[in-house]
Amino acid sequence: MRKTEEGIFRNIDWVTVIMYLILVAMGWINIYASVYNEEHQLITDLTQKYGKQMIWIGTSLALALVILIVDGNFYAAVAWPLWIFVLISLVAVLFLGTEVSGSKSWFRFGEFGVQPAEFAKFATAMVIAKYLSQLDIKMTDNRTKIISAMLIGLPILLILLENETGVALVFFAFILVLYREGLSGNFLLLGVIVVILFILSLLIDKIILIVALAVISGVLFLFMRKTRQNIILLSSLFILSSVVIYSVDYAYNNLQSHQKKRIDVFLGKESDIKKAGYNVNQSLIAIGSGGLTGKGFLNGTQTKYDFVPEQSTDFIFCTVGEEWGFVGTAVVVVMFLLLLLRILFIAERQRSPFSRIYAYGVASIIFFHLMVNVGMTIGLAPVIGIPLPFFSYGGSSLWSFTILLFILIKLDAYRLEILR
Amino acid sequence: MNALSGRRYVISAIFIVVGIIYLMRLFYIQVLNDSYKMSANNNVLRYMTEYPARGLVYDREGVLLVYNEAAYDLMVTPRQVKQIDTIDFCETVGITKVQFIKKMKQVKAYSPYKESIFEKQLSKETYAALQEKLYKFKGFFVQARTLRKYPQEIAAHTLGYVGEVSEKITKKNPYYKSGDYIGVSGIEKSYEEELRGKKGLKIMMVDVFNRPKGRFKDGMYDTTAISGQNLISSLSARLQKYGEQLLQNKSGAIVAIDPSTGEILACISGPSYNPNLLVGRERTKNYGKLFMDKSLPLFNRALMAYYPPGSTFKLLNGLIGEQEQVTFRETRYPCNRGYPVMGGKPKCHPHPSPMDLPGAVSTSCNSYFCYVFRSIIDNRKKYPNVVVGYNAWRDYVLSFGVGVKIHTDLPQELPGNVPTQKYYDKYFGKNGWKSSTIVSLSIGQGELGVTPLQMANIICSIANKGYYYTPHIVKGIGDKKKPRDEYKIKHYTKVEPQYFEPIIDGMQGAVDHGTSTSAKLKDIIVCGKTGTAQNPHGKDHSVFVAFAPRDNPKIAVAVLVENGGWGATWAVPIGGLMIEKYLRDSISKPDMEKRMLEGIVLSTEKKSKDDK
Repeated sequence: MRKTEEGIFRNIDWVTVIMYLILVAMGWINIYASVYNEEHQLITDLTQKYGKQMIWIGTSLALALVILIVDGNFYAAVAWPLWIFVLISLVAVLFLGTEVSGSKSWFRFGEFGVQPAEFAKFATAMVIAKYLSQLDIKMTDNRTKIISAMLIGLPILLILLENETGVALVFFAFILVLYREGLSGNFLLLGVIVVILFILSLLIDKIILIVALAVISGVLFLFMRKTRQNIILLSSLFILSSVVIYSVDYAYNNLQSHQKKRIDVFLGKESDIKKAGYNVNQSLIAIGSGGLTGKGFLNGTQTKYDFVPEQSTDFIFCTVGEEWGFVGTAVVVVMFLLLLLRILFIAERQRSPFSRIYAYGVASIIFFHLMVNVGMTIGLAPVIGIPLPFFSYGGSSLWSFTILLFILIKLDAYRLEILR
Repeated sequence: MNALSGRRYVISAIFIVVGIIYLMRLFYIQVLNDSYKMSANNNVLRYMTEYPARGLVYDREGVLLVYNEAAYDLMVTPRQVKQIDTIDFCETVGITKVQFIKKMKQVKAYSPYKESIFEKQLSKETYAALQEKLYKFKGFFVQARTLRKYPQEIAAHTLGYVGEVSEKITKKNPYYKSGDYIGVSGIEKSYEEELRGKKGLKIMMVDVFNRPKGRFKDGMYDTTAISGQNLISSLSARLQKYGEQLLQNKSGAIVAIDPSTGEILACISGPSYNPNLLVGRERTKNYGKLFMDKSLPLFNRALMAYYPPGSTFKLLNGLIGEQEQVTFRETRYPCNRGYPVMGGKPKCHPHPSPMDLPGAVSTSCNSYFCYVFRSIIDNRKKYPNVVVGYNAWRDYVLSFGVGVKIHTDLPQELPGNVPTQKYYDKYFGKNGWKSSTIVSLSIGQGELGVTPLQMANIICSIANKGYYYTPHIVKGIGDKKKPRDEYKIKHYTKVEPQYFEPIIDGMQGAVDHGTSTSAKLKDIIVCGKTGTAQNPHGKDHSVFVAFAPRDNPKIAVAVLVENGGWGATWAVPIGGLMIEKYLRDSISKPDMEKRMLEGIVLSTEKKSKDDK
């Protein structure tokens, strides 16, 4: 027995494990504060969300242990079957799932629910790692690009069909992985340009925008070297931009009204704080009123008294901000940042490309969640319902992030075995 | 691969840049920007006002005049209204479904989360019926507040009424918030600060549905309400009520004052109204009715109506003449049914002549006081010309509290009018007038305007032989039971005490055997003087002023009955009855009492009052 235990924890990156434990514990405490109920003061009270979160934490730790026990070669081996299995469940949930507030993404088993979309994240991270780690694959090949796009695009498509736009957006984070593996930086740049165009086309009339782009292209044309390649590049960029602008305009006008409102609020076009902007405004009030050192543990009023919606899940960061102030939010943000950089450090010390690529997948997913979740609570990102990793209340979310991270820890621990 | 491993730094940089942007943003909203803290307080803190009980008012004998009655406002928090039986609710509250929907719309528009008044001042029956069912009507609750009640139903003008504060006041005085009540007239207004007490404040924390969650910082910033102070009015409820009955079906005023203190015993303006009309739900409707009433019931004649004092003013002229050493007890002037100097004008009634000063007072000789007036103004040894003489005379009059505000504690008081030299200069031209031009002042006519309160105050000065205390309506405030300090000060007239005796003799004579015999009482010496105030708009006003007993006076009274004709017809009997009622609490002349109570004096005013 003793030997196996030693085996399990051998070469484990304890820094990451400790950071994980700290984040999970902080999450649990903040969930406790955000829905604190004077009649049920015990943090382990199973009738309350904080009691239930304890169960999720316990089962997550058990899962982590299982992941560490399993052989290091296993994960690369099951990448494809797992991904296919997840895709099948994503399809199945469309027919067999339970509809919750407009989206059909949950399998219900009595009290408990499972959301396949959560598990699609690490399955996709694994399958991309598996695909790109093949010896004869080069990111510069068009074939590779197309297949990679399909591996990411298929789950996005299915999740969009489930009406879980927020979760679908997470998959765009994989562009960072592809970039690391050789995708031209232009794609990253293109991505940024598309986002900027996207926002601009919602703010400015499309005709004006296209005229402005035409003027810019004209000026560029005058000053650039007029090679055939450059002219083609410029004109195709212009045409592409126009297409983006028109399609955004079209898509926006065909959005459901609540989605439209969220976008309007984020863009500052709508400031009706009683309606669509209510969430963001209340979230800003909660965090802003925390000041430098916060109101103190359990003294948050905005979160505890329900002014902030979803205060234990998507808006858990508000409790941190209100009760612990800037000191608290800075600690959390810096903790996440350190974790992300640690993951990048782990990634780069892998000999196995599969492990490295997977690690980048993990970092990308956590980063995207962090950016959007915290961003929306402080008004820097539109309100998209995705949880804060390790913090937010909920079993599916905590499980999937635990699996995501611990597979990496296992792969990392296993790297020396590969050497040998 | 090595070429690509540099890209880890690009990705790290992206992470770090986003992290720094977020940290900066957090630092800005949490540390640099304070507005969110205020918004948070707005969200969560509810300032609940505790209203103190308004002070009660008693009369001088301990009779309760004003108290608070519980009233119930039906309140609603729209967000909490869920699944109520609308039909049952409407029936219980006594409204239609259309009204219900309309009101719900109104309160929702104000705020879906905050409570607002759904129905003001429920009747007792409605409240009782509603209370049993209230548990079924989620979101509704009843808030107790108080209404002023006037159990004696008297002294409407004097007690005044309370009403909701206007926006003007809430802007000027931060103590008042919209919806608060404030004294609008009478004692309620002039003693507002004493009566209202001090509001308390309770700060509660609420959740997003406005449900109370506890006290803010354990009540550290809370204050408790302090009840208003009770007042003891100088009014005698029984005298006030009696006077109001006497003045029924008549227009006019009665003011009775205790000369030894300046306490107003009765202050009646007729026609009056029931003060309870201006309370509660019907207030606006009733106020409109009273406002439109042609007999002007809202007009407080006792303090605001200007009447020519008529012959009662001869008392002042006699006193001034004595002080000026131009008239003496034994001074005699001829009267030939008129003032001989001006060819028999003003006219006079038949009486023995020539008479001395007390006799002239008793018989109310017009001619005599024209002579007196002339000798004061035209005293060229003392005054070089008529202007200086007139101003000296006017100063005497003003020292009796006529033509100036005497600063009583009732809010509507007006100063009256004693014409200035400037007025005559303008009217007759500079140097265009002399004592004979303004001779009507000697008998209380002309441009003189005196309020009934001022008439009574003149009599106080005479009763006291040379001074008065400012008439006041509140003799005790709070636990100290003392009046305001300014009401304990003697105001001396410019006439010295020794000159009052002949005038008082004359007043006693008027009652004993002169013009005012119907005010005579057995064993009590009453001193009085009638007046018949000429009135350009209609029949003359009947005036009587008196005090009693002669030694150690206890009551001074002024009675004015509009269009009542001779002083002796209405004012004298009423004045006599008032004195007897106050001093004896019984009436020795029931026939006269009956005649006065049942008497109707129709208004003959042609136009609306401009003799005010």
